[in-house]
Amino acid sequence: MNDAEPLLRLRGIGKNFGPVRALTDINLDIPAGQVTALVGDNGAGKSTMIKTISGIWEPSHGELIWQGKAVHFHSPKDATNAGIATVYQDLALCDNLDIVQNMLLGHEVTKAGLLDEITMEKTAKKTLADLRVTTVRNIRQPVGSLSGGQRQAVAVAKAVMLDARLVIMDEPTAALGVSQTALVLDTIKQLSSRGIAVLVISHNLTDVFAVADRIAVLYLGRLAAVGPASDYSTSSAVHWMTTGTAPGAKAGVPQNAEGVNP
Amino acid sequence: MTSVNQEPTSQEPVDVVTSPDASADLLANNMGDYLRIVGRRIRSGESGALPVVVGLIVIVIIFQVKNSLFLSAGNLVNLMAQSAFIITLGMAEIFVLLLGDIDLAAGYTAACGAVIALWMLALNDPWWAAVLAALAACAAYGALQGIIIARLGLPSFVVTLAGQLGLSGVLLYLVNATGSIGVGGVISLHNSTINDIEGGQLSPTATWIVMIVIGVLAAVFLFYGDFRRRSAGLVAAPVSVTLLKGIAVIGGCIIVAAIANQNRGRAIVLEGMPWGVLVVLAILFLWTMLLGRTKFGRYIYAIGGNAEAARRAGVGIVRIRTIAFALCGLTAGITGIIYASYLGSISTNVNGGQNVLNAVAAAVIGGTSLFGGRGKMLNAVLGGLVVGVIYNGLELLGLSAAAQLMWTALVLLAAVIVDRVTRRTANVR
Repeated sequence: MNDAEPLLRLRGIGKNFGPVRALTDINLDIPAGQVTALVGDNGAGKSTMIKTISGIWEPSHGELIWQGKAVHFHSPKDATNAGIATVYQDLALCDNLDIVQNMLLGHEVTKAGLLDEITMEKTAKKTLADLRVTTVRNIRQPVGSLSGGQRQAVAVAKAVMLDARLVIMDEPTAALGVSQTALVLDTIKQLSSRGIAVLVISHNLTDVFAVADRIAVLYLGRLAAVGPASDYSTSSAVHWMTTGTAPGAKAGVPQNAEGVNP
Repeated sequence: MTSVNQEPTSQEPVDVVTSPDASADLLANNMGDYLRIVGRRIRSGESGALPVVVGLIVIVIIFQVKNSLFLSAGNLVNLMAQSAFIITLGMAEIFVLLLGDIDLAAGYTAACGAVIALWMLALNDPWWAAVLAALAACAAYGALQGIIIARLGLPSFVVTLAGQLGLSGVLLYLVNATGSIGVGGVISLHNSTINDIEGGQLSPTATWIVMIVIGVLAAVFLFYGDFRRRSAGLVAAPVSVTLLKGIAVIGGCIIVAAIANQNRGRAIVLEGMPWGVLVVLAILFLWTMLLGRTKFGRYIYAIGGNAEAARRAGVGIVRIRTIAFALCGLTAGITGIIYASYLGSISTNVNGGQNVLNAVAAAVIGGTSLFGGRGKMLNAVLGGLVVGVIYNGLELLGLSAAAQLMWTALVLLAAVIVDRVTRRTANVR
């Protein structure tokens, strides 16, 4: 479970909303160059956890240790500046702008006050090539004309361009078809192979097992289990997610596995 | 994708149809390809400027059949002068339309700006001081509207509707306040420089030189841009397409110059291009650069496309929207000066409400979206010409103001319907 120096360590993180304890005593290491999947049933605290890491909410208890140092993110900008990029489900892309314009939005390159389109296009092209996103016919086409998987890839590439060390992805494969999902999963693998840490939230256990190196299971705001993906089977993961306890006493819940895993 | 890509290759041609926005410029390898892709884009609803141009040609043909004077040099030059202030007010609106906003007060902003300028001219201030003061006042008013709208998050429709009412009052107040200058609610214009914008013309030689220089510069600009993309190893339009566009630009300039240089006087010789055309071209160039080549312009499109995405990317939305409204006010001020030059005076009877609706109509007819994110300054020129042609042609046919208004309304409606219908076809995937 412990690598030499994990990129991000959560130490006793807790988050209260008034009397409601959304997260309780979370201890989790997120190592660089690996894909960590965060799974759990609805209301388990997955969203609260990524919002705490990405600076939207400050934790009520515990601390975040980023590259060996305790950090306090007061805003999403703090987290972004530190190197944590979050790709939300809505992707935050401008449909009317093209791929290059979206990838460099807010970080445009200018020369004598005018936009340097050539430099920007080259930078964007290189980032996409590094991520092996090659299904895009033309880097100058508006994002609104792209497929769901391509849009996700552009959103990830945008995060990577900001020199992110950790990319958090919220349900990246929700509402995507088979080939589009494959494209996104491949992009995730490319990220981790470049030494970037990836934290993926997903409901789809097939996708989780396809990309995750490690799986962390949240149950009612507590970290129920965490370990290498190979330690889990689909049914044991479902058991952890639905009961918060280790499978064994009641071995396997195949019906549920079918339900979660269409 | 390398290993996981399961998209069958048979989807390749379909891809072009599902991405109709992709410009033919960058997808085509040669002229044949280019025409094929343009054809496909038109069928899938991404026709760009084509409907306006076709519509303009149809309207021109109808008017020419009805009255052979329509395409005479005299009338065409008159048309240029007549369309100038619709076009510039349309450009003013495009700044805010791109954000998904609207400025209903711009027509009266223009009128108030004109009053300020003409008042100062009547007091014998130099023309440039009068123009600067008017433009500064208009820009400041625009900024005020922008601050109220952006800071308080109020709908621009309501705020600028209040602005329209308020400014029509300010217009009355200002004209009354001029005392003996504005007798009968009219301030006349007695400055040759301002008068010349719409009333004066370049000499025929100057017209030729200026228009050819503009045409050649534009073509070189076009060529150089594509050349740089090509030499940087990026996709660019085929050389033949760039060449054709360059020739079209130069040809257009030559045609305008040739028309303007015909003698259209009856008793005396009257030839040369009105200064107003140059003013419009200069504003078109400046604002096109601002929207297309600067961070500010990029952020306007980003906010119009997805304000939340722009905010997360660190764009200062309040600041950008305020500046956009200020630029709308500034351009409205320029319009006011052109308008006063066209009328030779400014009066309390200016219909600022109708002018602003004509301007919005011009922008929308030209292809700018009312919902933000799509449009460019050139749209105001094309759409403004359509509106100008309709007014001019119906006047020439001797139709009443009632008919003119109703016809303009029908054309606007047709433009919006064409836009919506083609867009709907495009969105069916």
